[in-house]
Order: sequence, then C-alpha cells, then structure tokens
Amino acid sequence: MHRSKVRVATDVLDANDTIARANRADFDRAGVRVINLMSAPGAGKTALLERVLMDGIGEVRVGVLEGDVQGSLDAERLSALHVPVTQINTDPGFGGECHLDANMVRSALGAIALDELDLLVIENVGNLVCPAEFRVGEDRRAMVSSVTEGEDKPLKYPLMFRACELVLVNKIDLLAHLDFSLERFLANLDQVNPGVRHMLVSARTGEGVDGFARWLVDAA
Amino acid sequence: MHELALSRSIRDTALAHADGRSVLCVEVTVGALRQVVPRSLEFYFEVLSRGTACEGARLQLRLAPARLRCECGQEWELREPAFRCPLCAGAAVTVLSGEELTVDSIEVEEETCTAAR
Repeated sequence: MHRSKVRVATDVLDANDTIARANRADFDRAGVRVINLMSAPGAGKTALLERVLMDGIGEVRVGVLEGDVQGSLDAERLSALHVPVTQINTDPGFGGECHLDANMVRSALGAIALDELDLLVIENVGNLVCPAEFRVGEDRRAMVSSVTEGEDKPLKYPLMFRACELVLVNKIDLLAHLDFSLERFLANLDQVNPGVRHMLVSARTGEGVDGFARWLVDAA
Repeated sequence: MHELALSRSIRDTALAHADGRSVLCVEVTVGALRQVVPRSLEFYFEVLSRGTACEGARLQLRLAPARLRCECGQEWELREPAFRCPLCAGAAVTVLSGEELTVDSIEVEEETCTAAR
C-alpha cells in the first residue's frame, strides 16, 4: 500500500452551477427572464410581490416560483392575484434545506408553462446566508432588507448584500417608530457593495413600489 | 447550514476522483469571503463520509485571505466588510482572493501491484 495525491481543482459548487446553466438555457429558449428574490424570513418578499402584482406590471406576463421549507401559505396568497404560482418545498420529510439550489428549481420546471411567461420571479427561502451561495439559473438577483432588521445587516451578511444588484429597503412606513438610522444603513450598504442600487419601499402603503415595478419591467 | 450541501458536494467530488480507491485526505480551499463555517464542514463531511470510500478521511481546509486591489493601485487584505479603497475611497475594486471554494486535491491509498512480472 502507498499513498498518492490526485489533483482535483474543482469548484465545490461546480455540480450546482452546471445545472444552473442548464436552467438558464431553458429559460433563454423560452424567452423568460428570471429574478432570484432573496431576504431574511419576514422581510416582506411575498408582501412586496403581492403589492406589485396587484397593480400589474404592464404587459409583462409574470409567474412566481415559490420556495419554502414547508407549506404553501405564500403560494396561496399569490395565487389569489391570478398569477401562475409554482411551489417548491425543500423539506423532503423532516428538516428541509435552507435555500433553493439549481436542482430544486430544475425539478419544478416541468410544472411551469415557460412559454406563457416573460418573467419568472423565484422567491427564495427566507435566509440571509445560504441562498447567496447557490445560483439557480437567474438573470438578476435582488434582495429585500426591512428596516426592522436593523442597520447593521449589510456588515453581518456581506455575501448576500454583495450578491444582489438591487436592494429593496422595505417597511419604511415604520421608520418614525424605530431607532433605525437610514443614513447609517445606506452607509453600511455602500461599504459592503459600493454603488449598489437601492429603493425605499413599503409593501404595506405601496410607497416606492412603482420603482420596483419599473425595475421588473426593465428586467423582462 | 448550507455546509451540509457543500460537504455532500465535497464528498461526491472526492469520490468521483478516487475512482474506487480509499480516500485518506481531501484538501479544500475556503475563501474568507465565503460564509462557510469550517467546523460545520468538517462535522458534516465526517457524517456524510460514513459507508463510502471517504470514510475516516481527513478534511484539510486551507483558508484563503480576502485580498483586494483598487484601480488606483492600492492592494490590501480585508479584515472587515469594507469594500471601498482605504486610500482613495474608490469603488472600482477587484477581489484578488477570498472567493475560493474548491476541492484542490485528494490523497488516496493505492494497492501496491504484487502480480508476477
């Protein structure tokens, strides 16, 4: 017996990224642009989507792929708006994955009529760490950070804040009731992802949501 | 907790390259900018390796520091998440290292050939 060394030099996420590219090729073939929408649990991803889809985004045909560890509560909320919604649960029995990966999205593709869509929004599992690591075949990544989470979040979760090209700062209707310093949050955000685009929104009052709607139309 | 998924991928990558041989060590580089907890990787790897050719293999983690370069020429090692240049405050900054997450190599046990010449 003797030891020998084998060179591997393979990215740990290589298998995921290969499937993500296959997803992307399918989306491209169908002419669908894809947004990966991420945030912490309770930041307001579903509420923002509800608000923006309620008002409609012009002629753009939107579908939602809803990722949750368990249940279909969010999918039911969005279905009420007569938008095609597909649910993925990451829980195979007990204890689900904390993020969507490319293969989970791939397994749901058969259930989505891509030819009838211009834009697919993938609402990722609520989590500020893991989803940032896994490409799923998206064109663009956006995240929601709500003011109730505190202004230090970009510094604590830099990978997520750097992974996105749009940061939606949600729940600004609550600013008057909180110690949250918007100025400090934006300074922290600029430290972590200099020059990244942000929008101040309230899913509850609808303030600023038109900007998000325009961004989605541009993305489609 | 995505370390579970990453450990599974590390194990599968090692098994694919081991080609049936027993794996003694897996060398992995983890960049400082990845939100990966080394101890979690080790823990999951140990559990996921049981019953495979990776069972008992050592996971050797090399941590790659985060190094950035600004277009002004300044180069520095990042110790806190402040990605603007400390010299000119510019944002045109390139990440030189720190984003790695790779299986570099594996060490395997070779059967010594004892067949008659």
